[in-house]
Amino acid sequence: MGLNPKSDLPQGTLDLLILKVVALGPVHGYAIAQRLELVSKHVVQVPQGSLYPALHRLENRGLLSADRKETETGREAKFYRLTAKGRGQLETEAASWERLTEAVGLILKLSEGGAE
Amino acid sequence: MNWWQRLTRRNEMEAKLEKEMRFHLEQHADDLVARGVEPGEARRRARMALGGPEQVKEECRDARGTRWVEDFWQDLRFALRALRQEPGFAVVALLTLALGVGATTVMFTVVNGVLLKPLPYPEPGRLVAIHGKTAEWNVELFGEANVAYPDFLDCARTSQSLEMAAALFSGGTVSEPGQPEYVDLREISPDLFSVLQVPLLHGRGFLPEEDKIGGAPVAILGYSFWKRHSDGMADSLGSSITLDGKRYTVVGIAPEGFRLYGQEADVYSPLRQDTARFLQNREAHPLHVLARLRPGRTLGEAQAELVLIGRQLAEEYKDTNAGRTFTVNLLRPDVGEVRSILWLLLGAVGLVLLIACANVASLLLARAVSRERELAMRVALGATRWRLVRQCLTESAVLGICGGALGVLLAGVGIGPFIAFWPGELPRAEEVQLDWHVLLFAAGISILSGLLFGVAPALAPFKDLERTLRAGMRGIAGGSRRLHGVFVISEIALAIILLVSAGMLGRTLLLLSARDPGVDIRNVLVARVALSPATLVDPAKTRAAWNDVLERARRVPGVQSIATVDTFPMREGDNEQGYWTSADMPPPNKLPYALLTSVSPDYLKVMGIPLRRGRFFDDHDERTSTRVIVIDEVLAQNAFGSQDPVGKKLWIPEMGYDSNVFDIVGVVGHVRHWGLAGDDQAKIRAQIYYPFAQLPDSFLHRWSELTSIAVRTEIAPLGVVETLRNELKGAAGDQVLYEVRTMEQLARGSLAQQRFLLLLFGMFAGLALVLACIGIYGVLAYLTGQRVPEMGVRSALGASAGDVLWLVLRQSLEMILIGVALGAAGALAAGRVLQRLVEGMQPTAASSFAVMIPLLIGVALLASFVPARRASRVDPVIALRQD
Repeated sequence: MGLNPKSDLPQGTLDLLILKVVALGPVHGYAIAQRLELVSKHVVQVPQGSLYPALHRLENRGLLSADRKETETGREAKFYRLTAKGRGQLETEAASWERLTEAVGLILKLSEGGAE
Repeated sequence: MNWWQRLTRRNEMEAKLEKEMRFHLEQHADDLVARGVEPGEARRRARMALGGPEQVKEECRDARGTRWVEDFWQDLRFALRALRQEPGFAVVALLTLALGVGATTVMFTVVNGVLLKPLPYPEPGRLVAIHGKTAEWNVELFGEANVAYPDFLDCARTSQSLEMAAALFSGGTVSEPGQPEYVDLREISPDLFSVLQVPLLHGRGFLPEEDKIGGAPVAILGYSFWKRHSDGMADSLGSSITLDGKRYTVVGIAPEGFRLYGQEADVYSPLRQDTARFLQNREAHPLHVLARLRPGRTLGEAQAELVLIGRQLAEEYKDTNAGRTFTVNLLRPDVGEVRSILWLLLGAVGLVLLIACANVASLLLARAVSRERELAMRVALGATRWRLVRQCLTESAVLGICGGALGVLLAGVGIGPFIAFWPGELPRAEEVQLDWHVLLFAAGISILSGLLFGVAPALAPFKDLERTLRAGMRGIAGGSRRLHGVFVISEIALAIILLVSAGMLGRTLLLLSARDPGVDIRNVLVARVALSPATLVDPAKTRAAWNDVLERARRVPGVQSIATVDTFPMREGDNEQGYWTSADMPPPNKLPYALLTSVSPDYLKVMGIPLRRGRFFDDHDERTSTRVIVIDEVLAQNAFGSQDPVGKKLWIPEMGYDSNVFDIVGVVGHVRHWGLAGDDQAKIRAQIYYPFAQLPDSFLHRWSELTSIAVRTEIAPLGVVETLRNELKGAAGDQVLYEVRTMEQLARGSLAQQRFLLLLFGMFAGLALVLACIGIYGVLAYLTGQRVPEMGVRSALGASAGDVLWLVLRQSLEMILIGVALGAAGALAAGRVLQRLVEGMQPTAASSFAVMIPLLIGVALLASFVPARRASRVDPVIALRQD
């Protein structure tokens, strides 16, 4: 990989992305990685290595729950799903993310105006 | 899974993690194969994408939140392994700590039992003590005033906020069952046990109808007395004892270990059955009064109420109670001067613990520095510094806790002998136990000292990691050398404080033992005599009985002379009275005070007190002749200066005789009544002797209870005890000799506290000296070891062995001298404290420093000499090749 994941994704963003992906339905770690990579291709690099620690952290905090099920290919995998607490967390984090990007956008526009 | 399951099902967790990772890799590889990648290449790419599986797993473990417990467990095992690998270090460090913690724990156990524990009654916080208070009463001289019996009855009847009870300290002779025996008697108000909320072991308390003059004579027995006599009593309850010639029916047994005012009495009897006149009188104040606050009442309310009652009594009984009121305070154990001694010892032992900590710290530091490279390597491999500091702290905590546990074991073994060794009787000794307070304390100081000696070594190696790594095989110890110096200096300073204190105590003890007690203490026996109860009822019989005692004792072989005396030297009781040289007297609280002693004529001969002027008493000083007294030279000097006191008169207003004027017939030498240590600083030193024969009849009963005999013997004094005891049994066989001691024992006892302190401080100082030497040796051995190549270069350049030796010694001498200077300042302060707390303590003398400081410097240099010599013998070739 060679890239420092922290410099690619703003702090805490990975958690938000994971919550969002899991919110769409029970899903295993590999699928989350795939989905993130697909969605964010060419924009951000999602390091697979930091995905699992993040998943485990979220599970410990009670935002995700997990159980073992068979996949369509017949392998047993750990499927993550969102808990009620996780859903709440996702909503607040998403809202605050939007507020933040909006604010950042405003500031960026302002500085353009100032440069004129 | 909850936190606990995550911690305990570690293997299960690991298996699941492994499965999840494998699934991810296989799935990824399958996808790649489906896209046409060759399988081997697909697996490789999948692994590349995920990153190192072990790193990922490690991060997942971190995410569990139980990581620190696992780390702690790992550190713990590592620490134990490391200790096992260096048994020498482990033994020295653990022993040092065990001694420090053990000694401190012993002292704390005593402090806890004697000073900190509440009284052993239910709800001790609601028990109060009630004392009398008048403007004239000098609390500082005489202690808190007690209460008159009629006043107590009025207070107890009127008070709404307090349940009150009273006790009178008394004694008597129990002649049945068993041998006649003098017993400790408490005459108590009937509700004493219920106020204390102490249930009797057997039987019942006194009934109200038994608490009156002429009531049925009943008694409650103390547990120990009952145990001593239980085989003599068929059925204890309902059986009887004969006390002072009167049969008492036993109605109750006090519980085991029950103590009142710190003492376990033998027999309790109803207070109001006592017909003694002083109990009917509001002018005599003999009662100890205690009370329990009624539910919902506060101390403040009780205080206000008793002041009010006091005022009413003062109105009603103007001639006895004017200006008299009451104080109410929480009931506290009375431990006297032991308090300051105990804190002093705890402080001293704390210094030893600090030295032990400094010692272990420098040992750890030496070890940590030699591990610098190991630690630096681990940092380079990715361990965080905080993680390594935590590991170092865990190691010192393990040391601290193991040392502490050993220390508690030591304390458990040592506490018994320590109390047995305490001079005289340690108040509340029965409360001194290793309980959970003590264990908590020991755990606290162990962990605290673990941190104390652990922090510096834990932080030291991280100052200069890169340099350490570059330095190759040898660590660079510049920074830690200063730190080592600090440890050595503080050890030396603390050791100096203890050494000089011990030196001061030793000097004090020498000076005090050389003092003249004022009496010839060799071959003198003193003993109390309980006259036959039958003789006490009639003054004439009492006088005859005392004469009979003197007569019979004189006939005992080996007895040279004998006298009666009520209070004898070495603070065995005292009777203090104000006196004046004319009838025109200042108010009572402005009078000078003297110690009064009633004696029979031979007293001077028995005690070997020198007669300075005039005469002593003889058989012509009878009840009907002129009232005479003999004074000591201190009183002569105070009252008469250079005039001859013989032939002058002295007024003693509170004497209680019909006329309180006395003729001075003689002057005798001063006796150190307050003991060899205490007398010179005592508040009341002047002495007055008056003849026992001239006591008014009304005094005889009370005085006979207090009077002892003093016997000068021709042979070893304890040799006459048995014959004396048999000879004095009296016609009825119920006359008892008790509290038999020699004056030599008493004189020794008067210095017991100083001797005990000297012994302990000597032990502490010795321990400190040994610890400091180990510390100096360890540090220097380490530091010179670090400088071996430098020494090699020096010798190669032509330095002689002497030069190198001196180089090392100078380094150590620097530390020693700084330590000595700091320690000397500390010792001066400690000297002040000792002087305040220890009776007869001599001011700090230069000699204590002059002896102790060279001693310490000498021993410390000796400890430095071994490493210095080793350094001086370094072979330059080997030293330079070391790298």
